[in-house]
Amino acid sequence: MTAIAEHQGLTAGSVVTMAGALNQALADALTQDDSVLVFGEDVGTLGGVFRITDGLAASFGQTRVFDTPLSESGIVGTAIGMAMNGLRPVVEMQFDAFAYPAFEQITSHLAKFRNRTRGRVELPIVIRIPYGGGIGGVEHHCDSSEAYYTHTPGLRVVTPGTPADAYVLLREAISSPDPVIFLEPKRRYWSKESVSEQHEFAALDRAVVRRPGTDVTLVAYGGALATALAAAEAAEEDGRSVEVIDLRSLSPFDDETVTASVKRTGRAIVVHEASRFCGYGAEVAARLSEQCFHYLEAPVLRVAGFDIPYPPPHLEEYHLPSVDRILDAIDALQWQETAALVKVAS
Amino acid sequence: MTPELLLPPAHPVTLLDPAGRAVPGDGRDGPGLPDDDVLLTLYRMMVLGRRFDTQATALTKQGRLAVYPSAHGQEACQIGAVLALRAQDWLFPTYRDSMAVTARGVDPVQVLTLLRGDWHSGYDPYQHRVAPQCTPLATNTLHAVGLARAAAIKGEDTVALAMLGDGATSEGDTHAALNFAAVWKAPVVFLIQNNGYAISVPLAKQTAAPTLAHKGIGYGIPGTVVDGNDAAAVYAVVRRAVTSAAAGTGPVLIEALTYRVEAHTNADDASRYRTAGEVDGWLARDPVTRLRAHLRDRGLLDEAAIATVDAEAQAQAAALRQRMNTDTRPDPDDLFRYVYAQPTPELRRQQRELAAELGRAQGRGEG
Repeated sequence: MTAIAEHQGLTAGSVVTMAGALNQALADALTQDDSVLVFGEDVGTLGGVFRITDGLAASFGQTRVFDTPLSESGIVGTAIGMAMNGLRPVVEMQFDAFAYPAFEQITSHLAKFRNRTRGRVELPIVIRIPYGGGIGGVEHHCDSSEAYYTHTPGLRVVTPGTPADAYVLLREAISSPDPVIFLEPKRRYWSKESVSEQHEFAALDRAVVRRPGTDVTLVAYGGALATALAAAEAAEEDGRSVEVIDLRSLSPFDDETVTASVKRTGRAIVVHEASRFCGYGAEVAARLSEQCFHYLEAPVLRVAGFDIPYPPPHLEEYHLPSVDRILDAIDALQWQETAALVKVAS
Repeated sequence: MTPELLLPPAHPVTLLDPAGRAVPGDGRDGPGLPDDDVLLTLYRMMVLGRRFDTQATALTKQGRLAVYPSAHGQEACQIGAVLALRAQDWLFPTYRDSMAVTARGVDPVQVLTLLRGDWHSGYDPYQHRVAPQCTPLATNTLHAVGLARAAAIKGEDTVALAMLGDGATSEGDTHAALNFAAVWKAPVVFLIQNNGYAISVPLAKQTAAPTLAHKGIGYGIPGTVVDGNDAAAVYAVVRRAVTSAAAGTGPVLIEALTYRVEAHTNADDASRYRTAGEVDGWLARDPVTRLRAHLRDRGLLDEAAIATVDAEAQAQAAALRQRMNTDTRPDPDDLFRYVYAQPTPELRRQQRELAAELGRAQGRGEG
């Protein structure tokens, strides 16, 4: 574990946005490793539509930070060839749903090259994808596409929930020998955080307890993390002590941290924006029932988006998991039944 | 580059006619006939390649290969192109290019690992600078462009040869690869082996372009068409393209006109979509016969030398048959070894689960 202060990036005590933290992580990676390249659509001169790559082309030159022709498959496919030849591409897909043209390159090649070649060809590539809704985006700009990637062996799938984590996780992702799908919750791009002295470089695949509690565990990530934390705070006022876990790594999944929490609390709710059916929460719920069945006081619930195509801006508030919906789910966790059982037993 | 310079020639570049006679130059700046030693090597490698191909098809009948897509008839394309590469160049082959991969020096047993069913690819891509044979059409062309671009960034003198078929030119990745390569002036040579069919679909249903080489114009890439059954011409055209790509002038698109003499694979029935007469017409243009006739006419190859090459091909095929005539037992633990740099805790758990299952089976005498 390396203290964050040892990296050029974030100064303890300073206030950063997630966008700023990501920009700093890219700048620091470009500085430290000549083999790192940043490319994609509009990431050069413009600095990206979300300005995550702002200033990088000017600082590092057009050979290392550059705009490509408009083809997501082209971006990922050429990144694969570059990585075969010793470079470490960090590429941007402009929006979640615009990454789909690259799906074949990602699933058939990026994820499989190490396996296909028995470890001889390593592809240390990071694909940054702004994802999720909550920004009033029109169609094709708000998908939560994580399950497509987590269902693909060979990929790491990472998503930060806070600015400091965004810095740490992106640096770790760029150093990783495995390909990483790096999902950036775009509605948190402008969220701010004061960088703490204690914030440390953790392993890329470990979840973290964001808020300790004893009655129920909320498992959340990315854009829904802040909602889960707000719900935990509100529940506290109702006398429920809620633990919130930020997964950070969706694949591989940190069973240890999550099951340790649920075994203590006996209740769990998975919160995500993506649709419920075959969504990421289904895997979490299944693992918890497999590993924590005898510790559970109630079924594992999911608070997720509806099973609908992502709605238009004026309707998205009805779709996205809200604090109230999470509180309702907490209320539904069979508290009376357990209390009654305790009474009977005593 | 002015649009006129991007245009393919009116007729395919041909150096030897189907009877093996040298074709007089048309006065334009076309490539000349390769040196005698190159022609002899082309001949020898084509004979070895064809025998390898025939042997591989035979191995499917013996149950030693799950499937084999033959390249019979395309020897001039595959051998000509590979011999035109330099040691520092890279080859990005498809599933039909096994002959090209062996010509590059990869052990034929390792080439057949995929089709034998032992693993997805059997050779180290870095050893001979040959990417794994690619199955999803056209996707390898982008890898070639990326590798070539990286070479240029790093200041390496490396050209990537991307192989694709006529069907693959309809895929989006071909479009992206040609476009990226042109914009980046990447040192890439695209070689389309137009063998007339994408499984059963003839070229006329694949494209309305005058030739596939014309597609280069839209990207600013010079296109050329070559007689793909003329090994001398393929070698000369690819060699020239490699030289020009290496010089930094950007990518080149080559369409080689050839024919898939066999069905798509041993599992296909070509009589459902083409006539025997059509096949016969192409057999009369056979690339091996053509070069042999040329070398014989010029006194570069006598009956003894022909017999020597044939014997080498027979010996190589016999060795391959023998090496393939064993039951392999791939290690189940390998299933988990190469998914990530380090197996995840979950993969280690699943590996233990499988080991326990196999242990129980062995205990019951099923192992």
